[in-house]
Amino acid sequence: MKRHLLSAADLTRDDAELVLATAQEMRSLADRPIKKLPALRGRTVVNLFFEDSTRTRISFEAAAKRLSADVINFAAKGSSVSKGESLKDTALTLEAMGADAVVVRHPASGAPHRLAHSGWVRSSVVNAGDGTHEHPTQALLDAFTLWQHLGQGTRSGLDGRRVAIVGDVLHSRVARSNALLLQTLGVQVTLVAPPTLLPVGVESWGVETSFDLDAVIPQVDAVMMLRVQAERMNGGFFPTAREYSRRYGLDGRRMATLPDHTIVMHPGPMVRGMEITAEVADSTRSVIVEQVTNGVAVRMAVLYLLLSGMDVEGETAP
Amino acid sequence: MTAYLIKNAEILGGEPTDLLLRDGVIAEIGTSLDAGGADVVDATGLVALPGLVDLHTHLREPGREDAETVETGTRAAAMGGFTAVHAMANTDPVADTAGVVEQVWRLGREAGHCDVYPVGAVTVGLAGQRLAELGAMADSAARVRVFSDDGRCVSDAVLMRRALEYVKAFDGVIAQHAQEPRLTEGAQMNEGELSGRLGLTGWPAVAEEAIIARDCLLAAHVGSRLHVCHVSTAGSVEIVRDAKARLGREGGWDITAEVCPHHLLLTDDLAATYDPIYKVNPPLRTHADVAALRAGLADGTIDVVATDHAPHPHEDKDCEWAAAAFGMLGLETALSIVQETMVDPGLLDWAGVAERMSSAPARIGRVADHGRPLQVGSPAHVVLYDPAVRRTVQAAESASLSRNTPYRGMQLPGRVVATFLRGHATVLDGKLTSQ
Repeated sequence: MKRHLLSAADLTRDDAELVLATAQEMRSLADRPIKKLPALRGRTVVNLFFEDSTRTRISFEAAAKRLSADVINFAAKGSSVSKGESLKDTALTLEAMGADAVVVRHPASGAPHRLAHSGWVRSSVVNAGDGTHEHPTQALLDAFTLWQHLGQGTRSGLDGRRVAIVGDVLHSRVARSNALLLQTLGVQVTLVAPPTLLPVGVESWGVETSFDLDAVIPQVDAVMMLRVQAERMNGGFFPTAREYSRRYGLDGRRMATLPDHTIVMHPGPMVRGMEITAEVADSTRSVIVEQVTNGVAVRMAVLYLLLSGMDVEGETAP
Repeated sequence: MTAYLIKNAEILGGEPTDLLLRDGVIAEIGTSLDAGGADVVDATGLVALPGLVDLHTHLREPGREDAETVETGTRAAAMGGFTAVHAMANTDPVADTAGVVEQVWRLGREAGHCDVYPVGAVTVGLAGQRLAELGAMADSAARVRVFSDDGRCVSDAVLMRRALEYVKAFDGVIAQHAQEPRLTEGAQMNEGELSGRLGLTGWPAVAEEAIIARDCLLAAHVGSRLHVCHVSTAGSVEIVRDAKARLGREGGWDITAEVCPHHLLLTDDLAATYDPIYKVNPPLRTHADVAALRAGLADGTIDVVATDHAPHPHEDKDCEWAAAAFGMLGLETALSIVQETMVDPGLLDWAGVAERMSSAPARIGRVADHGRPLQVGSPAHVVLYDPAVRRTVQAAESASLSRNTPYRGMQLPGRVVATFLRGHATVLDGKLTSQ
C-alpha cells in the first residue's frame, strides 16, 4: 500500500483485498471480551476534523484505540480556519507533536492531498472525507459489508456483482470513492440520479448511469442510498423534496421489487422519509447498522496496514 | 540623458541593424552607425521589438501592498520587456474615481520603470449597481480610456449597454471580464471530466461564452467598443471570430479580445495536483481550448496577449485549493511563453508578436505614445530579446513582490536582455538598472 490513503484510486485490487482480509480479522476481535490489540502501541493517531462528523470521528477513534495507539482529537471547525492558513499551521503543530498518522476530514476537496504533498507533515495521511471529492474508508467499509453478504466464501469475491448507488452523486464523496473501489473489485456499478445530480463527465468513470430507479433495482445485488443534504433542496437541483422522494427514494413499494438476496445500504446519517423510508431502513434487508460496526474494523485495518509497515522514522520498510 | 547605440539588433527578427536612441526617440536606424558618444549595446543575435504594452495588469496598489506595489509591479514589467501597463481597477479603494486613478498614474510616473495607464472601474466599487464617474476618470490627468470591473463581470445587461454607450463620448472601451455569475457560483476550475472527479466546483465554458455573445450583440447594437478580457475557451474564439466577420460587413462598432499567456500554455489537468498555484480565473482549460486560442491568436481573431499578472502573497496560495486566491504572475514570463507557444511552432513571426503585444494593445488602450513601429522618430520604447537561450524559471528571482508563478522550475525559451523606455534603459544585461 502507499503511504497515504487519499483516494480509493490509490488502492490496487491486491491492496483492497488485503484491507478486506485484515478487516475480517479485526472484525472477529469485536466479538471477544477484550477488544484490544497491541499493534500500534506507542504510535500517535491524530483525528483532525475541520468539519463536524461525530460518526466518522468516533469510528476512527475506536479503531485507533483498539490497536493501542494514542489518539488525539483535534476539532478545528470554526471561522478561524475558514481562510485556510490554519490547515498548514495545524499540520505543523501536529507534526511537532509527533503524529504518526493524521486522519483528516475537511470541507475543501483536496485538503488531505495538500496535507500529504506540501511538505508540511511527514506522517501518513488518511482521508476521512474531503469536500465533494472522496471518502475512501467509507468505500472500504461498504465493500467489506458487501463482501460479507455477497462475496464471502465464494471464489469470485464481488466479481460481477451489481450495485446501484442512488441519489446526490454530484456532491457525494461516498459515491466517488465507491465508484472507484467497487470497480477495482470487479463490481458493476450503476449510478442512479436525476440528471442535475450527476457530475459532468460521469460517462468517463466506467460506470453505468440511469435516471430511472425502478428500471435498475430489480437487477441489483445491493442498493446504496445517498443522503440528500438540506442545502440541495434550495439549489434548484430538483423541484421539491416530495418529487425527489417519489422518483429516487427507496420505499416499501420499490423494496418489494428487489431480488430476494439484495441488501440495502446507507452511509448515514439518513434523512428518513426523504431518500429512504423508515420501513426500508428498519427492514431485514437493511445492513445500515452493520456498516457502522464494519467501519471500525476497516479503519483498524487501514491504520494497521499504513503504520505497521513503517519503521520509527516514518519511512516505509523495504 | 544617455544616448544608446544598439548594434546589430534584428528588428522584428530581420537583418542585423543599428538603432540610435537619443532624446527619447529613435534618432537613427542603419548599419554601421557611429556611436558619437552614445553607450554601445551589442545586440548581436537579439531580436528588437517595440516596447511591450500590457492591457491587463494587477499592480495591487492601493490596498494590497503586501502582494505588489506600483514600484515592484512595474519593475517586473520592465524585466518582461514592457514599457506600458494598464493597471486594473480592483484595488482597495477601487479605482472608480478620478482621485484613485490619478494616484496610481502618479505612482507609476514616480517609479519610472514603465508607463502606467490606470484602468477605471465601470461601476462604483465594482458592485455592478451603477456607473462610476467614467467621464471624470477620462478627463483626469490619468486620461483613462479603458474601463473594466475585471475580477467581476458587468453581468447586468442594461448596465453593460449603458456603459458601452456612455464611453463613446470620450472614445473609451469597456473591457469585460466575461463570467456569468450564476453559472459560476463557487466555481473552482474548468468544468469537465476532471472537475467531476476532483470534486471541485466547475466553471463551465458556457458562462464565458454566453456573456461574450451577449456583449458582442450589445456593442453592435449601440455601435461602441468592446474588449473581451482573457478569452479562455474554444467557443469564445468562435464567437469573437463570427462577431468580427459581421463587424466587417456592418462597421461602426469594434470588438477586440485578449488571451493570457497561461491559457496558451497550461491546461486544467494541473488542478489534479490540488496545488492552488494553478488556480486562476478564468480557469485553465483543456488542450482543445489551448489549440483554439493559439489558432485564434495566429489568425487575428484574438488581437492581444495580455498577462493578467495577478500577484498574491504566499499565504494566499500555501493552503487548500478552495481557500486560495485566483491568479498567477505573468509579466516576466509572457514573452517567453509567446515564443514557446506561437513563435517556435511557426504560428506567429516577430512582427506578429510586436502587433499582438505592443501595437494592438496600445491602439485599444488609445495610448498614442506606445506601440509605434521601430522607425526613426518613434518614441524610443525598445525591447532586446534573446530567443536562443533557455532558462529555468526561479520564483525567487522575480522582480515582483509575490512569488506565485506556475512556471517555477519550468524551462522556457528566451530572455529579455534590455528594455528602453523613452530611450532610458530600465533593463540592461537582463538586470534592472535601478536597484
